[in-house]
Amino acid sequence: MFKRIVSGIRSIGHRVIESIWRLGLASRFFMLVLLKSGTSFRRFGLVVRELYYSGVLSLIIIVVSGLFVGMVLGLQGYETLQKYGSESAVGTLVALSLVRELGPVVAALLFASRAGSAITAEIGLMKATEQLEAMALMAVDPIARIVAPRFWAGVISMPLLAAIFSVMGIYGGHLVTVIFIGVDEGSYWSQMQSAVDFRFDILNGFIKSCFFGVAVTAIAVFEGYNAPPTAEGVSGATTRTVVTSSLVILGLDFILTAFMFRGVS
Amino acid sequence: MSPKTLIEVNDLNFSYGTRAILKGIDMSMSRGQVIAIMGGSGSGKTTLLRLISGTLRPTSGHVRFAGEVVHELDRDALFSLRRKMGMLFQFGALFTDLSVFDNVAFQMREHTALPESMIRDLVLMKLHAVGLRGAQHLMPAELSGGMARRVALARSIALDPMLIMYDEPFTGLDPISLTVIGNLIRRLTDVLGMTSIVVTHDVQESLKIVDYVYFIADGVIAAEGTPQQVRDSVAPFVHQFVHGEEDGPVPFHYPAPTYQQDLDLDPKGMPVV
Amino acid sequence: MQRTALDFWVGLFVLIGIAATMILSMKVGNLNVYNTSQNYVLTGHFENIGGLKVRAPVKSAGVVVGRVTDIQFSTQTYDAVVTMSLDSRFPFPKDTFASILTAGLLGEQYIGLAAGGDEAMLKDGDKLMKTNSAMVLEELIGRFLFDKASQSD
Repeated sequence: MFKRIVSGIRSIGHRVIESIWRLGLASRFFMLVLLKSGTSFRRFGLVVRELYYSGVLSLIIIVVSGLFVGMVLGLQGYETLQKYGSESAVGTLVALSLVRELGPVVAALLFASRAGSAITAEIGLMKATEQLEAMALMAVDPIARIVAPRFWAGVISMPLLAAIFSVMGIYGGHLVTVIFIGVDEGSYWSQMQSAVDFRFDILNGFIKSCFFGVAVTAIAVFEGYNAPPTAEGVSGATTRTVVTSSLVILGLDFILTAFMFRGVS
Repeated sequence: MSPKTLIEVNDLNFSYGTRAILKGIDMSMSRGQVIAIMGGSGSGKTTLLRLISGTLRPTSGHVRFAGEVVHELDRDALFSLRRKMGMLFQFGALFTDLSVFDNVAFQMREHTALPESMIRDLVLMKLHAVGLRGAQHLMPAELSGGMARRVALARSIALDPMLIMYDEPFTGLDPISLTVIGNLIRRLTDVLGMTSIVVTHDVQESLKIVDYVYFIADGVIAAEGTPQQVRDSVAPFVHQFVHGEEDGPVPFHYPAPTYQQDLDLDPKGMPVV
Repeated sequence: MQRTALDFWVGLFVLIGIAATMILSMKVGNLNVYNTSQNYVLTGHFENIGGLKVRAPVKSAGVVVGRVTDIQFSTQTYDAVVTMSLDSRFPFPKDTFASILTAGLLGEQYIGLAAGGDEAMLKDGDKLMKTNSAMVLEELIGRFLFDKASQSD
């Protein structure tokens, strides 16, 4: 019995030490990526290429999900607001939910599972097939040539995708409430405009999505670069990218929201 | 160190933690030679290549490449040294997102400021040397194993290196591709005046093309010599390896308790019930 | 450098992204109301501001002309000091009347400005002299009951 407790404590301790070690490794890797980002900006074509994979290819899922989330928000918001006779405020509800929270957060979650996992799998496979080592032996730094462009492409795509998501959501809400249900078009927009503030709502949402973009792509490239060079290693790393970045997005969202909207409104 | 010597390996030791992989290796390789490094699987041959290319740092001893001690160089000097080296990986390690043409052009585009028209000519020349000029637009996924390795070979000679290292170039090839790769290694070495190190356990194919052979076993050089010396060798290890005999100094059985003990047999051979 | 189809798609993506950001700023966030032009600041003392919040709109004749930027409590006069930032395209006379109004029955509260007839205009940092507090439901009901009681006497 005593032995089992001791070994239990020991295994917990081992896991804690392991994750601290991993966190340190990830931070060092992150610094390394930032330090070696010069190439990405000198040869912006590399980033543009990756923008296609992380941005353009995520566009469809972002547009469709944004539209549906906005439609559901419109429908649910209308049902609730109608009870208090203030269904004209539905535009405010849709816009504020999207711009402040759902836009950045849901877009980031979708981005993590669409583009983040692809980045991890790609880098992990390049490592497993010795492509990264081959590159290093050709005197080309794989962090500068492979990792950094993917990182920056993700960081650039994320805020754009979040903005597209919010706009699609607002038009989705417009479609359901104004066109199908018949809420007054003028009050949909005007209530929204008087409630949504550029600096507090839109800019803060934008800042949030920038943070999420950095977090998701940093996790994705780290997991890919440190994946064990086997089939199971790469698939495990891909799963870890999605799980870790989802948790980090939600945690980070709470922290950022607490900082941004504390004491206001 | 004679001026013809390109690589000098001096009392090289390397260990992963407490497990010693290489124990006091001494080698000397001249320009224009094809050198084979042979040994059983897991004998530290690939580790030796990584030490020469500076991917790993030796525990003690050193590798001297063109007069410079590899592991004492800083990052920039190491990278400029690596431009003088090429490496052919076991399965080619072609960049899967680039076409054959772009794979061969990769180093030229990264390291030189050549105009695109000149890069095109150079790439076609390199691809012609390996007989794959017609495959320039294919993607690596469309190539057979032998073709992928030839493209990788064209890629590694892109900047006319002084040294090419081949990691198991013959593994998994049909007899025709095998001969093609073997002859390419010999011919390119002679034509370009470079040095080739072939790490392999394919004895027959490599003895045909190499100038000198090192045998590595248990982290030390067990034997060395020209192909003719190796074929005639009576040293038990070399004889077993060259002729591919099942048992010899390299035993068939992994160290284990006696067979009788493991099967619970009593000394007389009757099962204990 | 060669132009590829990929460059086109990336360009399109960036364009859509920027367009979305513009729509958010202009159409949703109404950026053009108070950030594009110059502002002037007014203060007003209110006995009771009800549920008025920072960033609430300041309207005149229903048009948004500015926003509430700060709400403080004054320990000299024991009332609320509301600071508001108005678009300088809309100058108001000195005797403008500011009252706290509610949009709809349960809607948000805003400041309504009713222009007076003074020749002199309000300048940056001026104080609005005529203010009307927010309607507080309890006070309304209380006043109503009091009126009823005094009528029946």
